[in-house]
Amino acid sequence: MSTGPSDIEIISMVLKGDHNAYALLVERYKSYVFTLTLRFTKSREDAEEVSQDIFVKAYRSLADFKGASKFSTWLYTIVNTTCITFLRKKRLQVQSLDDERTFEVADSQDSGLRANQVEQKSRLSMVNQAIALLNPDDAEIITLFYKNEQSLEEIGQILGLEVNTAKVRLHRARARLKEKMEKYFAEEVRDL
Amino acid sequence: MKENLNNPLGDDNLDERLWEYIDGLGSPGERSAIEKLVKTNQQWKEKHQEILELHQLVQSSVLEEPSLRFTKNVMEEIAKYQIAPATKTYINNKIIWSLGIFFVAMIVGSLVYGFGQIDWKTTSDPKLPIDISKIDFSKFFSNTYVNIFMMINVILGLMLLDRFLEVKKKKIQKEA
Repeated sequence: MSTGPSDIEIISMVLKGDHNAYALLVERYKSYVFTLTLRFTKSREDAEEVSQDIFVKAYRSLADFKGASKFSTWLYTIVNTTCITFLRKKRLQVQSLDDERTFEVADSQDSGLRANQVEQKSRLSMVNQAIALLNPDDAEIITLFYKNEQSLEEIGQILGLEVNTAKVRLHRARARLKEKMEKYFAEEVRDL
Repeated sequence: MKENLNNPLGDDNLDERLWEYIDGLGSPGERSAIEKLVKTNQQWKEKHQEILELHQLVQSSVLEEPSLRFTKNVMEEIAKYQIAPATKTYINNKIIWSLGIFFVAMIVGSLVYGFGQIDWKTTSDPKLPIDISKIDFSKFFSNTYVNIFMMINVILGLMLLDRFLEVKKKKIQKEA
């Protein structure tokens, strides 16, 4: 993934008292954690706050990391639980809003998306936008598999699923992503 | 159903099979069968191309970047905390074992007492061999030890409720 000391070496340095070494781990994984978190929160501000919280949690529980799995797999388990807690809290807040307001927000998001479609036609932003349209569970599994270099076994470990269940969920998520791409980015897909 | 001689694998779950093939999953036999179909069967060929394009597109998408101050913010935040000791060091296995033994003993004791009440001579009777109406429950609840046990439970319950309300109060104050 990168040069320099391995994750295990950095963790050992931190546990021995070199707290500044933790910055190396943050630098190494911040984009992965932030991307995953953004799939849940759908807002950069929230994603930034939640990602920060994840790294603080990981730091505080670093002594519990035994090296049985990759550090990234352990870290993404924290991402998963923290994001689920965040969504649960958020859902409680959303329930207190009236339906009219909820529809207004959805409408503005949809028109924003169309505006973005016109402005950003690049292939890469198109994929990210399509992933952002998926539900958090689908977006998470696709990001873990494609961007965070996790195998199906590791994804199962992170999400607390059997390997076969993880495989089925990944397949369904990809099918839904394909649907979204065809629905919202049909022209761009044809241009490829 | 008409059998497709060009496609012995059938068209069921075509997408799923192609995704697995592209991911490098499946047995060598399955993979070579799919490889052959992709080369010879037009439907499989088109579908493979379509899925491969999406696969490559998703793979080439970029990661999102947090703000430039992100690492600095995290480091400032962790400076306020200490690394918690490993869970293994503060969870005393002896306590867990003692609790386990206590509950097992309670269950075994109850079973032994229950079986002791059964009149085995009447087992040929299709009815229950135990007459529940004859059991004197009052002697259990007038027992001093049982009363002490229940009182301790009530106190522990009240302590738990007090702690729960305290946490809730702090949370409300924090939000205000």
